[in-house]
Amino acid sequence: MKKLLSISLLLAVLAGCSTTPLPEDSGAPVEGRTGSSTDVKSVVAGDLDASGLPRELTDPKSPLAQRSIYFDVDKYEVKGDYQALVAAHAKYLVANRGFKVLIQGNTDETGSREYNLSLGQKRADAVKRALVLLGAREDQIESVSLGEEKPRNTGRDEAAFAENRRADVLYRAPDGRGEF
Amino acid sequence: MSRISRRIFLLCSLLTAGFAHAQLSIEITGAGANRIPVAIADFAGDPTMARIVAATVRADLERSGLFKLVDPAGAVLDENAPVDHAAWKGRGADALAAGSVVRNPDGRMEARFRLYDTQKGVALGGAVYVTNSAQLRMAGHRIADFIYEKLTGEPGVFSTRIAYVVKSRGQYLLQIADADGQGAATALTSAEPIISPVWSPDGSKLAYVSFEKKKPVVYVHSLASGQRHIVANFKGSNSAPAWSPDGRKLAVVLSKDGNSQLYSVNVDGSGLQRLAQSSGIDTEPRYSVDGAHIYFTSDRGGSPQIYRIDASGGAAQRVTFEGSYNVSPRPSPDGRSLAFIARRDGRFQLAVMDLASRQVQVLTDSNKDESPSFAPNSRMILIATEVGGRGLLSAVSIDGRIKQRLSIAAGDVREPAWGPFLK
Repeated sequence: MKKLLSISLLLAVLAGCSTTPLPEDSGAPVEGRTGSSTDVKSVVAGDLDASGLPRELTDPKSPLAQRSIYFDVDKYEVKGDYQALVAAHAKYLVANRGFKVLIQGNTDETGSREYNLSLGQKRADAVKRALVLLGAREDQIESVSLGEEKPRNTGRDEAAFAENRRADVLYRAPDGRGEF
Repeated sequence: MSRISRRIFLLCSLLTAGFAHAQLSIEITGAGANRIPVAIADFAGDPTMARIVAATVRADLERSGLFKLVDPAGAVLDENAPVDHAAWKGRGADALAAGSVVRNPDGRMEARFRLYDTQKGVALGGAVYVTNSAQLRMAGHRIADFIYEKLTGEPGVFSTRIAYVVKSRGQYLLQIADADGQGAATALTSAEPIISPVWSPDGSKLAYVSFEKKKPVVYVHSLASGQRHIVANFKGSNSAPAWSPDGRKLAVVLSKDGNSQLYSVNVDGSGLQRLAQSSGIDTEPRYSVDGAHIYFTSDRGGSPQIYRIDASGGAAQRVTFEGSYNVSPRPSPDGRSLAFIARRDGRFQLAVMDLASRQVQVLTDSNKDESPSFAPNSRMILIATEVGGRGLLSAVSIDGRIKQRLSIAAGDVREPAWGPFLK
């Protein structure tokens, strides 16, 4: 019974490896409880979180869990403060060509809804362009805008508005599981 | 009787969707300087029906801010009763309307009225409207339109309809109501945002942007059948629909090539054409009424401003220069003015430009005006605004003097669109 279990686990692991390659340099905890051989990199289900993504993308301690890029009023340039964050995501996408990201651009609630939709698109596009410049492929990235329609902070003060002037990076694994 | 022009209109139920519980309530916060004193006598005939029609006429005229209602002092007058012009003049009424509402053998209601000029002691005309009892208020709106046009020289808009979006308990409702906010019906309910509704020139359809596919997609929705189809669903955002005056095309904004840019597309989604090209944001297109030009918002000069191009394309001319944020251009149906939203000292306010002189007048004193929409007679502009943190609609006269507020107790109201004249 115990042997049967470890064989089935190993099969699951191999199946996982064929469709869900994890990065060499991910730094995610990789365990070999099921007796992996030297040329099979073994992972267990515990390395994926509930959404089916590797924990290094979602563990709050991982730099890749930082998903938000903030913008100035009426602006859509990615500020210097966020270059390292964008570079980390680009590096992940280069190492994991099967992964895709959706960039959602957002704005504060002031001004025209339609203009804000376009402004949010510009913000998402700016993040996409930065990722592509750093080696991510166009077809790994879709950029869309939510404009002012989906505020993260529904407050009415400048602090709330600043939090909503933002682009978010959402991930999807090669098996289709993920955040979008 | 033979002097009364006989007009019959059959009001089919334009909306199949259920009636909403949330009704818009109206508050008038200003009035015109020289209001025309007019008396609406109590109508004869079926007392309940007559009361509904006369009350609708009075409320419409009062709400327009252009009339001062003179108390008829309980006088019941049908359209053929003899009129003591001197007596009505003595009460201060320059005009008087009298009428009746009777039930026909086929069960439908017949509303008749006649309008008098008490100064000259002459009849100005009258009409008969036949309707079912559910649409009785519409007969009142038609009578108010007739009176408005006879006394002001401009067509009335009381029988037109408005569309708007209500956000309530996490749901988005696209609603249609009479211009006075009554009789609201829900055309679309969604868990995701709905923005930018615009009426087709014939008033039978709405185009809008819905986020139901988790991103902005442009739809056209036939109100009578509830049928809807996608007009633009390209990669990226699809938004800001605007009907061409002939109703055959929509200008839309697509980001499929990585930047919000203007396109035109046939109503069935075919025949996509690029209209303008810029490296920045181009959005909020609106055709001029003659179809010759398209006004739009662009940040090509460094800040969002309003520009104009020929509908066939070509070089863009900048239209707004004052301030660092002028958006949401809406040319008036009479072609004379352009309404837009201007940011002044951090406040977003309704402004109107006289297109001949390029003079700009700010019409409101609010902080958060959005989405202007002209009444089909170009006299009022409907906007979304905010009071006490809650979204409501406000109708403002083109001279800024008359203001009405339309609010819903249950939720936020936004994204108004004033429909065309009913044919």
